[in-house]
Amino acid sequence: MSVVFFFIAAVGAVAGAAGTVMLRDAFYSVLSLVCHLIFLAMLFLLLRAEFVAAAQVIVYAGAVMVLYVFVVGYVGGMQAGLTGPSGRGLRIVSVLFALALFVELAIALIGSGVEALDGKGAPYEAGFGEPATVGSQFLTTYLVAFEIASLLLLVAAVGAVILARRRSGLADAREVSVTEFLRTPLTKGDEPEGTMIEAGGPAQH
Amino acid sequence: MGIHWYLVVSALIFCIGAGGVLTRRNPLVILLCLELMLNAANLALVAFARAHGDMGGQIFALLVMVVAACEVAVGLGLVVAIYRRRLPIDVDDLRELQG
Repeated sequence: MSVVFFFIAAVGAVAGAAGTVMLRDAFYSVLSLVCHLIFLAMLFLLLRAEFVAAAQVIVYAGAVMVLYVFVVGYVGGMQAGLTGPSGRGLRIVSVLFALALFVELAIALIGSGVEALDGKGAPYEAGFGEPATVGSQFLTTYLVAFEIASLLLLVAAVGAVILARRRSGLADAREVSVTEFLRTPLTKGDEPEGTMIEAGGPAQH
Repeated sequence: MGIHWYLVVSALIFCIGAGGVLTRRNPLVILLCLELMLNAANLALVAFARAHGDMGGQIFALLVMVVAACEVAVGLGLVVAIYRRRLPIDVDDLRELQG
């Protein structure tokens, strides 16, 4: 039975990946990637990674893909396309490179002879892959990685806001100024200090 | 199913993603293909975790998801910033940083 499920999930995941690469419209690419992620979550379930599968569906197929859909809708119909004036020879070389990489990896994986990879995996222990186990591991063994990941998320969120915000206060829309972003309404009328001008703050007339 | 078949699927998805990064010119689609490659790596990590009966691989896969989310946030912010400046959204035309 697990063989059938593996086959369905693997074919779905690979088809979703191929659709992501090959579809012309970026919007359809995003939808194809959602399909791929859901089949990949099925593969995770077959590998007894219940929490990872749930996080995959909720975080990836839910939140991140909604972000993608909004940005594709905002940026609008771009003429994407695989072909271009400079692309043809480069494209063939790229596909050849990807094929060669796959052949090499497949030879290495199938012919590796590592015993752990041939069987169905280690014997199942109670709690393997369950949320309680994942949580206790995160808060004990991998605590530093967990905290650094949360810090990274914070920095990325602030960076995304600074990159994508509307620059209405600047004379030139191309100007990037962190100081303008950090200035609060309380200090709006204050004289800019030397450091702000040096940092590329808004010119005072 | 043997664990190595999961690894073969992971390698196939990784190569599809790599080919996509090399061939596509739209930065949004390139980000999607990067997601594909990260997900292939996730599948390999979870498969190795199953092979060894060790939770470390699954923890690592979750951390990769966090890093991928950060990458998406910053990448999409860049795409929106490029769009606001009326620059062409095409990686072949955005080559000012090229030395």
